[in-house]
Amino acid sequence: MTFFLQMLVTGIVVGSIYGLVALGFVLIYRASGALNLANGEFVIIGPYICLVLMTAYKIPFILSLVITLIFSAILGLVVERLVIRPIQNAPVVSVIMATIGLSSLLGGAVHMLWGHQTRTFPQVFPSTPINFSGLIITPVYLWSFIVVIVLLLLFSLFFKFSKMGIAMRAVADDRQAALSMGISVKFVYAATWAIASVVAAVGGVLLGNINGLSPTMAAIGLTVLPVVILGGLDSVLGAIVGGFIIGILQNMAGGYLDPLIGGGLKEVAPFIVVLLILMLKPYGLFGSRGIERV
Amino acid sequence: MLQVNNIEAVYSKIILALKGMSLHVPEGKIVALLGSNGAGKSTTLKAISGLLSGDGGQITDGTIEFEGEKINNITPDIIVRKGIFLCMEGRRVFGDLTVEENLMAGAYTRKNRTTIKDDMEKIYVYFPKLKALQHRKAGFLSGGEQQMLAIGRGIMAKPKLLLLDEPSLGIAPLLVKEIFQNIKQINQEEGTSILVVEQNANVALSIADYGYIMESGRVVMQGNADILLSNEEVREHYLGMGKDGEKNYKENKMYRRRQRLVW
Ligand SMILES: Nc1ncnc2c1ncn2[C@@H]1O[C@H](COP(=O)(O)OP(=O)(O)OP(=O)(O)O)[C@@H](O)[C@H]1O
Ligand SMILES: [Mg+2]
Repeated sequence: MTFFLQMLVTGIVVGSIYGLVALGFVLIYRASGALNLANGEFVIIGPYICLVLMTAYKIPFILSLVITLIFSAILGLVVERLVIRPIQNAPVVSVIMATIGLSSLLGGAVHMLWGHQTRTFPQVFPSTPINFSGLIITPVYLWSFIVVIVLLLLFSLFFKFSKMGIAMRAVADDRQAALSMGISVKFVYAATWAIASVVAAVGGVLLGNINGLSPTMAAIGLTVLPVVILGGLDSVLGAIVGGFIIGILQNMAGGYLDPLIGGGLKEVAPFIVVLLILMLKPYGLFGSRGIERV
Repeated sequence: MLQVNNIEAVYSKIILALKGMSLHVPEGKIVALLGSNGAGKSTTLKAISGLLSGDGGQITDGTIEFEGEKINNITPDIIVRKGIFLCMEGRRVFGDLTVEENLMAGAYTRKNRTTIKDDMEKIYVYFPKLKALQHRKAGFLSGGEQQMLAIGRGIMAKPKLLLLDEPSLGIAPLLVKEIFQNIKQINQEEGTSILVVEQNANVALSIADYGYIMESGRVVMQGNADILLSNEEVREHYLGMGKDGEKNYKENKMYRRRQRLVW
């Protein structure tokens, strides 16, 4: 039983991070109809910068994180300005292709700058596990979960009540009508990429603290794909729920099935489940639009 | 206030939709722009609001002046800030957003944000039906309710000039009268100048001060609303009335057909 709970808790924590990263993915899809296949690289660049700031420059974690997030926002803006905006009137497939190119470029840069070995973050969170009547949770898991939940809450308030949040939803709903409200669609697109890049970096820093950091972590871009397809590509709520489902499934499969068959199911299980669910609900659990075929 | 001078507009670089279109909206007045399908009414409004490029169109000749300032080739967000707001054809409410959020979206360009709540209440006075629906998703509203919301969104922007594209589209005749009374009221109480495009010439001219009739991209007739209303030709071709005032759709249709052959 404790093993089950342990797997469940791990699944929930990792799943919440998936949800956060998936949120950035969904925001971009809603704004432009394109899948950002460079999302995985957005996830790893942030933590590398944070790590370098902490180890090479001895900057405390919180300050490093703030600098990292500012950098990530700028990275998002630059990508939007240089890569996406010039082709914004091109077919969606072209935009997706561009993000594939961007993914190789950024991935290559990461390899070049920081090598391919795994690095570990300096101790940020205390290491003594907390014991909740038999259920053992390491502080890094607990803190990650708290950070993600607080961020998701802030985002839902932002989308519900702020002028910019409403404008972003209006653009996703009907671009031309949003223009007629005087909403600057350019500004909204830029803000969307900045936000997506920032949430990816937060997810990356948390995952880096949990598992260590290596370029292969960019594969989370691939893991998040079933998350968003499961939730429905255009649904923010779907991204979060999908994140939890995939996180839990992965850990359950890894904990119970992998020992039986010798491993590998952890990575495959999410895709199998997504296939099954899509047969029943072609637009995902919460989605409303058709899925873009790539 | 608004002066459109001889503009020419094309879609996809080849489809000529406006061929020397001119009109004038004086401050504080209601002007009606009438004409058959495809005459270029919506194109005129989109040209004024800077929204042509979003539909693959552009202005190729002529000028548009608002309060003495040339505004062609300015982006829509700046035009809204200057005080021109277009309620697009087909309502175009944000279906995923609630009624209240739609109104907030209308207020996007407002600088003074402290009075937004008060203005929202004012919309609910103009359109009491919306009050009960304020937390409902706009996509679930009926066509008439959506039209009220679309106009309400326009008022939230506090424009000096409100452009309305077929506010009667798909709405029951009784409600059309009500909506046009609201439009008149907005004009009088807020002092908003209004340019309204309509198929329903009768109801539009009944609240308008002045009217233009356009065909294939240019104005073919204009005059004070009461004069247009009593003009034989207008009655016959745009109001569907024969000489003795009875409805005469058949003849009207025949005339249209003949016209189409000539073009
Ligand atoms: N996006 C577009 N691309 C190409 N041609 C267009 C486009 N929009 C309109 N047109 C053409 O421009 C002409 C004028 O269209 P417009 O929409 O202005 O007419 P309208 O007077 O508003 O008609 P209706 O009463 O049917 O709304 C039409 O011939 C139409 O086919
Ligand atoms: Mg039209």
